[in-house]
Amino acid sequence: MTTQQESPVSAVISIQVENESGALARVIGLFSGRGYNIESLTVAAVDETRHQSRINIVTTATPHVLGQIRAQVERLVPVYRVAVMTGREPHVAREMALVKVIASGERRADALRIAQAFRAHPVDASATSFVFELTGASDKLDAFIDLMRPLGLAEVSRTGIAAIARGAAIL
Amino acid sequence: MNTAAHQTDMKPHAAGTDTSVLSGAEVLLRVLAEQGVEVIFGYPGGAVLPIYDAIFRQDAIRHVLVRHEQAAVHAAEAYARSTGKVGVVLVTSGPGATNTVTGLLDAMLDSIPVVCFSGQVGVPLIGTDAFQEADTTGITRPATKYNYLIRRAEDVAPCVHEAFHIARSGRPGPVLVDLPKNLMVGPAPYSDAPRVPHPSYRPQTEPGRDVIARAVAAMKGARRPLFYTGGGIINAGPEASAALRRLVEKTGFPCTSTLMGLGAMPAGDRRFLGMLGMHGTYEANMATHGCDVLIALGSRFDDRVTGRLDAFSPGSFKIHADIDPSQINKIVRVDVGITGDARRVIEMMLEEWECTPANTRQPIDMAQWWHQINEWRKTDSLGFVQDRAPEAIIRPQYAIRRLHELATATGRDTYVSTEVGQHQMWAAQHFGFDRPNRWLTSGGLGTMGYGLPAAVGAQIAHPDALVIDIAGEASTLMNIQELSTIAQYRLPVKVFILNNQYMGMVRQWQELLHDSRYSESYSAALPDFVKLAESFHGKGLRATCVGELDGVIAEMLAHPGPVVADICVAQDENCYPMIPSGAAHNQMLLGPDQDDEISAEGRMLV
Repeated sequence: MTTQQESPVSAVISIQVENESGALARVIGLFSGRGYNIESLTVAAVDETRHQSRINIVTTATPHVLGQIRAQVERLVPVYRVAVMTGREPHVAREMALVKVIASGERRADALRIAQAFRAHPVDASATSFVFELTGASDKLDAFIDLMRPLGLAEVSRTGIAAIARGAAIL
Repeated sequence: MNTAAHQTDMKPHAAGTDTSVLSGAEVLLRVLAEQGVEVIFGYPGGAVLPIYDAIFRQDAIRHVLVRHEQAAVHAAEAYARSTGKVGVVLVTSGPGATNTVTGLLDAMLDSIPVVCFSGQVGVPLIGTDAFQEADTTGITRPATKYNYLIRRAEDVAPCVHEAFHIARSGRPGPVLVDLPKNLMVGPAPYSDAPRVPHPSYRPQTEPGRDVIARAVAAMKGARRPLFYTGGGIINAGPEASAALRRLVEKTGFPCTSTLMGLGAMPAGDRRFLGMLGMHGTYEANMATHGCDVLIALGSRFDDRVTGRLDAFSPGSFKIHADIDPSQINKIVRVDVGITGDARRVIEMMLEEWECTPANTRQPIDMAQWWHQINEWRKTDSLGFVQDRAPEAIIRPQYAIRRLHELATATGRDTYVSTEVGQHQMWAAQHFGFDRPNRWLTSGGLGTMGYGLPAAVGAQIAHPDALVIDIAGEASTLMNIQELSTIAQYRLPVKVFILNNQYMGMVRQWQELLHDSRYSESYSAALPDFVKLAESFHGKGLRATCVGELDGVIAEMLAHPGPVVADICVAQDENCYPMIPSGAAHNQMLLGPDQDDEISAEGRMLV
């Protein structure tokens, strides 16, 4: 196929679905069944009155495969709309992380200082530990976690990306 | 878009709700009657006993008892393919449901509208590993267009209505509805079909004018055009085939077809080049390779059609119309993509062709193209040599040619199903189909064992027609139990077995790709098919040489009941012409003398 000349790009696939049993399974089953990669996945109800949920999937694929992903997802019965957001489509993509750091003394102070610089909030603290809450682009979260590593990083829980287009355009 | 209104329409207690107390099973049957269902193919079991009890107490809908749930789906598929209606299946939970999976996927890949009802353990028992419990919606999710697990009595009627709508609309396909036993026993409200079915499901059937105009402009400028039509034409109804014939006549373009599309164009039409692809004709494949405008209508560039992708129809301007937008640019990049129902696409192409200004093409160009095609035709790629001596071994191609000629001579409306393998390809090549919906074969999934239950479904739908299963001895054993169904309903199905004592296509590939190491492809310990037929209360016949063939076919066709004809054919015959795996359309093998070395990459392909 002629897709080999295209290089893969990172993209967020945002999918508005009917909030019904099995809708998420259909979408992720399609990804695994057709060999598409899922790097991160978020899903939550976003419109209670219309029974709609939004699924955000981060993937890396060539533009041709992204087009196929869109078309294949769009034809699923419970899917309303699909947006494919790459670097070319202006969008905001954010993620939240809860980061547990176990440290004392100097390292504990360092961790708190770096957290302030990243605007990470300590949402839990004990004599030996912190849980920081941090929201932002994924690379910001990566950077924070890397800095925490030598300071007693113990556990990370990340939400995966939620994304939305910039401007007045809606899905 | 505002979907709030749709949600209101989805409420089960909308107008049309019946307040008289019916059981869930009775509601189910009432919805089926409303949907115009006449026949259910099924097999009972514990979880569906309430439904079978309701069937017992009514006579609007006929139930056909198959002998295996897979066969129920194939029978329903053939019923659907040959009538244009939705095929209906009813099976029990657990193994009953899992046995349908092959059939459901078969219907999925060939876009056949089927609704399958499976029993389920009662709602309170779901998830407890109860007896004959299976996660049926989980198992069948990738094998269906859509599926439901009904959890509330008030959902039975609207969901079943909706299941039929989804199965038959857009690109058709199988829909499964999983029905817990307690909901079938207990009371359930009846409601009419929701005015707006599933709010997020909106298939596009009407093509855009602008893309039709672009397509027709390219067609008008073509010097070497070719129509490449597929099963989408058959699915769009007989009117689509009629429109295609008008379009081919009006344009004067040649037309080739996929396996699934046979019958849309009459096989004998001078503009029809036969099937294309791996076992297609030389002229069809050379024309596909050499055309300058390729118009794909309801076909999907399957790998059995395209061969080596980077050499597929190089340099042609490609137009692709399909009802499923995900098919466009999936395999082959096209210049004009049209989303819409094949019938509407063709009708609008005809309108556009009529109303656009005079043809820009030089008439001489088309004459040259046809001259070239007729030169390719002289290759006679479907030719074979049959020794006519009475004691000569029967060539399988010859058996099908004679079957076609003698069946045509009866003047009866004829439906042909097949199993999968060499006999299927020979049937596609040598049994000329002149009408749509008469050719019932498993294309996408390639399901051995399809043909016999498919013949059951076709004969139930068309009791007075001639229904023939062109079979191989290996495939037909996969669902041979359906001879019992055939006997029970006295279906005059003709099973025409091309018996070469091999899984012929496997043997052929082993010969070509694996230095004739025939690993496990010999059909050892075959039954005596004549006695087998007799044990199932049918007639058994056998032809072992050319001199016996016509007599056996004539006797088979004349017999009013079911017949199994064991046609002993040449064991070493290969199916030609053939595009070897990994090769291009202009690199066909025309016969055994031309066994070129198949590339290493080709060996990797299926």
